[in-house]
Amino acid sequence: MQLSATHLWMIPALPLLAAAIGSLTPRGGRKLAAGAAIAAMIGAFVLSCGALVTALAQPAVHASANFTWFALGNEVVRVGWLLDPLTAFMAVMVTFVGTLIFIFSLGYMKEDRNFTRFFCFLSLFAAAMLGLLVANSLLLLFVCWELVGLASYLLIGFWFHKPAAAAAAKKAFLTTRIGDLGLLLGLLWLYHVRGSLLCYDGGAGVLEQGSLTALAGTTVAGGFALSTAIGLLIFCGAIGKSGQFPLHVWLPDAMEGPTPVSALIHAATMVAAGVFLVARVYPLMLADQALASVPVHALTVVAGIGAITALLGAAIAVAQNDIKRVLAFSTVSQLGYMMLALGVGSWVAAIFHLLMHAFFKALLFLGAGSVIHAAHHEQDVRRLGGLGRRMKATFATFAVGTMALAGVPFLFSGFWSKEAVLHAAHAWPVSSLPLLVGLAAVVLTAFYMTRLITGIFLGAPRTDAAAEAHENSAVMTGPLLILAACAIGLGFIGTPAWPWLQSNLGGIVVEPESIWEAPGLMLLSIGLVVTGLGAGWAVYGRRRNVNASSVDPLAQAAPGLFAVLAARLGFDEFYAATFGRLNTWVAALADGLDRRVWDSLVSLLARAGEFSGVLNREADEDILNRGFDRTSATVRGVGQTYSRAQAGETHGYLRTVALAFVVFALVLLLGGVR
Amino acid sequence: MTFTFLILAVIILGSALAAALRPNLIHCALLLVVSWLGVAGFYLWAGAEFVAFAQVLVYVGALSMVVLFAVLLTRQSRAELRVDAPETRRAVWAVIAGVAVSGVIGAAVFATKWDPAPVTAPEVTVRGLGLELMGAHAAALLLLGVLLTAALLGAVVLAAPDRPEKEEKS
Amino acid sequence: MSPLQGCLLLSAALFSVGLVIALARSNAILVLLGIELMLNAANLNFIAFWRFHSGAAPATGVIFVLFAIAVAAAEAAVGLALVIALYRHQKNLRLQEATRLRG
Repeated sequence: MQLSATHLWMIPALPLLAAAIGSLTPRGGRKLAAGAAIAAMIGAFVLSCGALVTALAQPAVHASANFTWFALGNEVVRVGWLLDPLTAFMAVMVTFVGTLIFIFSLGYMKEDRNFTRFFCFLSLFAAAMLGLLVANSLLLLFVCWELVGLASYLLIGFWFHKPAAAAAAKKAFLTTRIGDLGLLLGLLWLYHVRGSLLCYDGGAGVLEQGSLTALAGTTVAGGFALSTAIGLLIFCGAIGKSGQFPLHVWLPDAMEGPTPVSALIHAATMVAAGVFLVARVYPLMLADQALASVPVHALTVVAGIGAITALLGAAIAVAQNDIKRVLAFSTVSQLGYMMLALGVGSWVAAIFHLLMHAFFKALLFLGAGSVIHAAHHEQDVRRLGGLGRRMKATFATFAVGTMALAGVPFLFSGFWSKEAVLHAAHAWPVSSLPLLVGLAAVVLTAFYMTRLITGIFLGAPRTDAAAEAHENSAVMTGPLLILAACAIGLGFIGTPAWPWLQSNLGGIVVEPESIWEAPGLMLLSIGLVVTGLGAGWAVYGRRRNVNASSVDPLAQAAPGLFAVLAARLGFDEFYAATFGRLNTWVAALADGLDRRVWDSLVSLLARAGEFSGVLNREADEDILNRGFDRTSATVRGVGQTYSRAQAGETHGYLRTVALAFVVFALVLLLGGVR
Repeated sequence: MTFTFLILAVIILGSALAAALRPNLIHCALLLVVSWLGVAGFYLWAGAEFVAFAQVLVYVGALSMVVLFAVLLTRQSRAELRVDAPETRRAVWAVIAGVAVSGVIGAAVFATKWDPAPVTAPEVTVRGLGLELMGAHAAALLLLGVLLTAALLGAVVLAAPDRPEKEEKS
Repeated sequence: MSPLQGCLLLSAALFSVGLVIALARSNAILVLLGIELMLNAANLNFIAFWRFHSGAAPATGVIFVLFAIAVAAAEAAVGLALVIALYRHQKNLRLQEATRLRG
């Protein structure tokens, strides 16, 4: 089956339809809403596979179908659909993972009374995300970008009666909005310069050669090329959406939402949209590479931000106790990896890691969801333990996900994609710092995942909730097993020995490189993974006689460092103390101005008015009033007569007006006055 | 008479009629928003894009929010959202008045001989509109600004709670 | 039936529906919304004449509607403020009970 670019709109249209059905379904129609949502996702998956087949036939072509959205006077706004391997691979991943997570949600949300609304929001999210992927116009992409933000807000705050969830939703929305402002500015600037926001338009699109040459050739303030400035503004949007430093603070809080939401939106798909965006506008980001005189290249900034985020996220994850927060910071760190890969010039490696990460991180989150559901919403690692014996399927799949994330060699997909990222960083001529940061994060990743898995599944149960947990139904373990199979099997489409994905994604055939091209690097990273796992096992694996209130061994060894990491390096406090306080201060200033300056001016005026009023009254009472008194007595008499018609009944007045109009109109019509 | 026009007419009138009949205030307000959207669609159909956008912005965007605010500010409980069914006598009179009005307008429409319609819509660009507003209609635009300011101030004065000392007097 | 007649009939019908809402419903908010519908019907007429009837300068109809929308917005703001004041005063929104001009 094939699906051409002209019919690409059907992929987002299906979930949108399901969302419409869900929104009209009353609370009792649980089967209808969930059925429509899942059926739409399966349909979208089939269509995406068709699109993938079409795209792989000509991997180097950016097939687009553009049309006029509306014309406003002489300005014509055109949008369109774009089909290339990047779109197709992402769409297949989103619909496949989405389908599994939808099915998992059937079990996870079974007892929630707003079940239909949940599926309506999920479908809305899927529609927006798929629309973002197939958009050929950056305008349409921005619209969908904001829609996924809205869906994310609605879903984080799904349990809005919990104050923490409502606050987290607000925080996520506002924080990403800061990045989106940059994105919007970038798009406006681009439109101002180029008069179009179509990516590919037969030579006239903004990502095509003519436009890129013009953009790179123009210099703006500070010696920046115009393409660098616009590229960095667009990257701001990616920073916000993908939880990059310094706007990463919203992502861990977003875990207040239901766990399937965390898996779908805040691990697999939406947060990867930032990476996708940078990959989409990659020609623009690359445009300044040939220029030697610019102060900084756009991609260097991307690499720097990515490296900082990768290390930061991994370090903070070591000291978190909430399962979902560990995974959230792990997501932040892995997104940093992807940005790092983009920055060092290999967007193919970034997308490879994105796709693999989507599968195993969704697996980990769903596994965490399975644990949380079984343990009666207990998600503190310190209060779990010993679940491995009673939840064998969850334990096994979670272990697969852990090994994929940690990068255990050869069998697991995460290993191959991480190697691709590290090799790209190794080959970067500018600096070796990203490579070092990446390697450090490898150790930390293996370490915190070992800590997490031993904490949940091994040892003895530390609370009653953990002791009573039992395995969930097949509707929840089924998706786990499928995702685990993907986490093992999918890595082989991108190994150095058979770089199928790399060849097809970029449209340039990559020769099967030798695994031994940089053998030292691969051996080093394997060694680091083993070190991390071993250290984790040594510290956490052999603990005996722990209970819920035992102190973490790391906290005993280095209490200061652990506390700082556990407090997430104080970013939230820092923002509250700077931006929050600045805001309060400006508000207080404005308040003071209002009260002191303007208010006194106004009251001065009022005094003057009062004084003249007093003068007037004296004049009035003695001179004018007597005459008026007599007149008003007459008026009052007339008024009393008329007041019978004026009962104060508004409807009556309006009715009288309407009927009087009818009478006049009839007179005119029948009287022949035309 | 195109198919689009008929669809739009059905949307506009259907949602307005439904709003006239629903007991739930929120439903009524939302149905009227649909009706306004239909009117915006009519403007688009007639070729007045700019007016359509203004309609969407002002009615569908802003007014609906103001209405919802008013609804939420003036209710105490869920039960109050169900407004009373109209009294029968008033409802009958209302329908009589409505039918009579549309009757005479309809009669007038059919009784008048209209010139044949121009084939294309008059060309109005946004630029042209801006020039007209700033040129020929500049005075009206200024007055409108004053009116909007006055309405804003008036709304604040009306909706603001009375000062406590005044309450003591009355 | 010419397009102009169709538009005018639609506008008449919309006007009447607005009138019925304003006359029949007792909730003040709904009465206001009915009036808004009537204003919309009038705007619809302007556009219909602008599009299907020759004569005036090309932009007149559009400008008229823009001004009407702005005035309607002002009217709605004041009207809804009145609604809030009414509610504060008599603790409900039944218009038929608001028959006195004094507090």
